[in-house]
Amino acid sequence: MNRFSFTRANSVPEAVRAGGGADTRFLAGGTNLIDLMKENVERPSALVDINRVGLAGIEERPGGGLRLGALVSNADTAYDRRVAERYPLLACAILAGASPQLRNAATNGGNLNQRTRCYYFYDTATPCNKRNPGTGCGAIGGVNRIHAILGASPSCIATNPSDMCVALAALNATVRVTGPDGEREIAFADYHRLPGDAPQHDNTLRTGELVTAIDLPDEDFSAHHTYLKLRDRLSYAFALVSVAVALRMEGDRIAEARIALGGVAHKPWRVPAAEQALAGQPASAENFDRAAELLLRGAQGQGHNDFKIGLARRAIRRALRQAAAGTPQSQTDKRIA
Amino acid sequence: MSDVAPISIAFAAMPITLTINGHERRLSVEPWVTLLDLLREREDLTGSKKGCDHGQCGACTVLVDGRRMNSCLKLAVSLDGASITTIEGLAEGDRLDPLQQAFMDHDAFQCGYCTPGQICSAKGLLNEGRARTRDEVREMMSGNLCRCGAYTNIVDAVMQVLESRGQIKEAAE
Repeated sequence: MNRFSFTRANSVPEAVRAGGGADTRFLAGGTNLIDLMKENVERPSALVDINRVGLAGIEERPGGGLRLGALVSNADTAYDRRVAERYPLLACAILAGASPQLRNAATNGGNLNQRTRCYYFYDTATPCNKRNPGTGCGAIGGVNRIHAILGASPSCIATNPSDMCVALAALNATVRVTGPDGEREIAFADYHRLPGDAPQHDNTLRTGELVTAIDLPDEDFSAHHTYLKLRDRLSYAFALVSVAVALRMEGDRIAEARIALGGVAHKPWRVPAAEQALAGQPASAENFDRAAELLLRGAQGQGHNDFKIGLARRAIRRALRQAAAGTPQSQTDKRIA
Repeated sequence: MSDVAPISIAFAAMPITLTINGHERRLSVEPWVTLLDLLREREDLTGSKKGCDHGQCGACTVLVDGRRMNSCLKLAVSLDGASITTIEGLAEGDRLDPLQQAFMDHDAFQCGYCTPGQICSAKGLLNEGRARTRDEVREMMSGNLCRCGAYTNIVDAVMQVLESRGQIKEAAE
């Protein structure tokens, strides 16, 4: 780990004032940042510890919905009674990720800003456009079993590793940020970005901006949801493919559908056409097939990850069936119903 | 500049206070020192193990204010004021913690390297109070790898303590 200066901020304005440098990093739970510093992928000259700035609560929003403070731990968010009852999709997705130790330390803001687990990004001996722009991509033509099948570019085929963010995408969350130029809100779909020719930017945060909260809209998908995560071992592994589904049912028909995919792209993957195709339709196998087809339109394997396309198709169908039936995937009993 | 300057000392050791296994310790620590390295290298508490040093194995698990965390991923300076419990702090004198006794009763280890992390993690699991079945214990202990493969006996040991505390849910079928 390189040497760096350390500042403890005691308020959000203090953090913003201290955090403006291009190679300054905010330290929250540290579960990703400290790891990246040990690997010399991150070499900040200064850390600003934001663990004592507040932002550590979950509150009712005035107009309905919940506001999740950026410094609330992933565990406290998943087990919050209001989150578990009103946004069980989010609770399930959080509990599908990492381990209890990591969820105790990791924060909501940090979850949004975690970096890819692409092995080439982590290996400073190899080229990586995300780590060192312009050096190339080791994963294209390399070992790419865990990599993207959707939205990739000739510069980067990395995936976003978060489970929580897949649920937040499906739930139409809003990210609240503050920075040198004041506060702003970013729709979740606009928070993470596709790699294009600038894969060094995972998201649309500007230099010096700090995530302060995640807002959940006042919408109820608690009766018909699921988070189905497929991975190489049953716990404590990143998703090869994951599917978050939230449905609003009217009798046997789907009134509204939200579907987001994890493990397949540089950001949680949503396709409005796939969701619209289900609206007003019966929850049938044919309609689920059609939605899967629309979600995976343009999917392209890189060799080792070709299997993800078929796996994703089957996972989407299965997740839609689970959500429609009101039988969400258990995050403890890993048998897939 | 703000009226109240944030604590900022570039490239120098910082004063922090930690309560480690019940003893208050005033320490001077460089910002890049992890809690794990502080415990092992400066406090001579070598029970917490450095397995992967990347939050992937759980051998370094300790309790921070009663909650289990990977000590290899925490900077000590960020924990100023916290209370840390390691494997060395679980027994009361010669009386083992019930988890330590249960691991012995069930032979829940082979080489023993992961054991301090397993036991601290299980202590955290008990504090959380959410695991009540074997499946739940397996899932909630998944952050601790055992390369010897003693998992079955580890689950038995944790279940024994849950049972003695009346925290078991009978299987539905």
